[in-house]
Amino acid sequence: MRSWLALAVIAALVAALPLVGNNYALRLATTVCMYSVMAQSWNFIGGLAGYPSFATAAFFGLGAYASAILQNRGVPMVPAWAGAGLAALLFAAFLGGAILHLRGHYFAIASLIVAEMLREIVNTLPDFTGGGKGVNLPLLKLSVTGQAQFFFYAMLALAVLTVATTIVIHRSKLGFGLRCIQQNESAADIIGINTYAYKTAGFSLSAVFVGVAGAIYASWVNYIDPPDVFDVLISVKPMVMVLLGGLGTVFGPSIGAVILLLLEEAVWRNFLTIHVAVLGAIIVVLVLFLPNGLLALIRERSPTKVMAK
Amino acid sequence: MIYLQIAANGLVLGGLYACIAVGFSLVWGVLNVINILHGSFIVLGSYVAYFAYVHLGIHPFISIVIAGGVLYALGYLVQAGIINRVVNAPVLITLTLTFGLDLILNNTMLVAFTADYRGITLAHPLGSLEIGPVFLPGDRVAAMALAILLTILLYRLLRDSTIGRAIIAVRMDREAAALMGVDVKRINAITFAIGAFMAGAAGALLSIIFPISPLNGPVFLGKAFVVCVLGGLGSVPGALAGGLLLGVIESFASYWLGPERAVTVSFALLLVLLFVRPSGLMGRRGYE
Repeated sequence: MRSWLALAVIAALVAALPLVGNNYALRLATTVCMYSVMAQSWNFIGGLAGYPSFATAAFFGLGAYASAILQNRGVPMVPAWAGAGLAALLFAAFLGGAILHLRGHYFAIASLIVAEMLREIVNTLPDFTGGGKGVNLPLLKLSVTGQAQFFFYAMLALAVLTVATTIVIHRSKLGFGLRCIQQNESAADIIGINTYAYKTAGFSLSAVFVGVAGAIYASWVNYIDPPDVFDVLISVKPMVMVLLGGLGTVFGPSIGAVILLLLEEAVWRNFLTIHVAVLGAIIVVLVLFLPNGLLALIRERSPTKVMAK
Repeated sequence: MIYLQIAANGLVLGGLYACIAVGFSLVWGVLNVINILHGSFIVLGSYVAYFAYVHLGIHPFISIVIAGGVLYALGYLVQAGIINRVVNAPVLITLTLTFGLDLILNNTMLVAFTADYRGITLAHPLGSLEIGPVFLPGDRVAAMALAILLTILLYRLLRDSTIGRAIIAVRMDREAAALMGVDVKRINAITFAIGAFMAGAAGALLSIIFPISPLNGPVFLGKAFVVCVLGGLGSVPGALAGGLLLGVIESFASYWLGPERAVTVSFALLLVLLFVRPSGLMGRRGYE
């Protein structure tokens, strides 16, 4: 109940932002919501089940392209977003069937290769996808501020939906099963958990919202090309956010999203040419000194482990 | 007899792929670390060879030793100073760490050398080789021969030297090796450094064939992935076989389907292979 209350309060506070903030603040908030969706989604497979998936970029790009292709063939925007989510879900279920029997590094590499392969496929099908030139999306007939608010609320709604799903999953049999798999997959198998079905479900969950986020992002920026939406950093950032906020927690990934975005903004402004290296340095420091997340520092001091619930 | 020519091109390319992958495979097999830095190490090796050639006139084949040496030192420092701290942590941690380190190294190279593609044009090329109907540029054949020679030298080093036996012992059983008096952390650092040496050497060889740019790092890393999965993990002969096989497959794929699809084909092959035989064509089962 406490999680639901927290979610409602945070969502209401964030939703009030257009009343006070300018368009720059709205853009940041939209990005935070998008990051939050990506981090929460990755947490299903990476945090709960302990499978280091690098497939986030694949789902994001797939969603962006599915929506772009649907819209350019006359499908309205919101149904196209739903179609993108469905495409990502089906793709993940199919892909999961093929690579979830792998463990550790092999799974990581297989999932990493998937985004690269989708990128190459998009590049080599110019008639269908626009190829390396990228593809434009239909413009919305709204004012600049109207558009900023529209995409902000769309991304916020998706983020709330993702966190709500997280809360449900954490308390469900599925969440319990995924945590068992993370601790000891063979043992989970022996006590009767259908590990294959559970992992596939977790992997599909990690795809569907990211696919929709990719679709909304594509409509938001009006133009996508393969290096943008299949960028390997899209796969890496969710891990960094989850590591920042705490693996396998409910609100940790979203808190990590806020922290990462603030860091990114500070770095973008001050060190444009080396911002990737600074992101790398953040990762190195995080992994070496704070493997349980920034919040672990706070949690160690407080007697009630609120965030772990 | 175009097929003979394609096969020969593939083998020449494949020898270089083997050299790209063997260091990566060694690190993965012994340390259980996926070294995302490997691609950038290769590019750095190419830059060392490039600057040695442009400023000092040193032939890239001789720069193998210089590039390898520079990368050996860098690799030793990275492993001893950073990765050793978390080398026994879960996959997610070590993988994310090398990813972060790669972002730093690659970005640094972008700033230092820019993204411009550079290339070495040799003042005295070796001419070309004609074997029956097959026609091959001499420099490429020499580079391939050196790549295979280096791979064989690494194999002998692992089999015949004390350090090599210690590395193999750590690969087989870390705890037992420690109990037998092997300094595991030092062996970790040396193994990583040898992997970096091979990357630097491969970079020097590649500098006369491929354009040089930090943007190529991920491309080389992708090749290393595929070769490792093809050949099986951690074994030098496996990397050699996997490299040659990938070279031939890519060569035929670009002839039949067009060069832009060669990469897709090799990645698709990797996924199919992981699905049906995760231990690699020549790998031993039970490695993971």
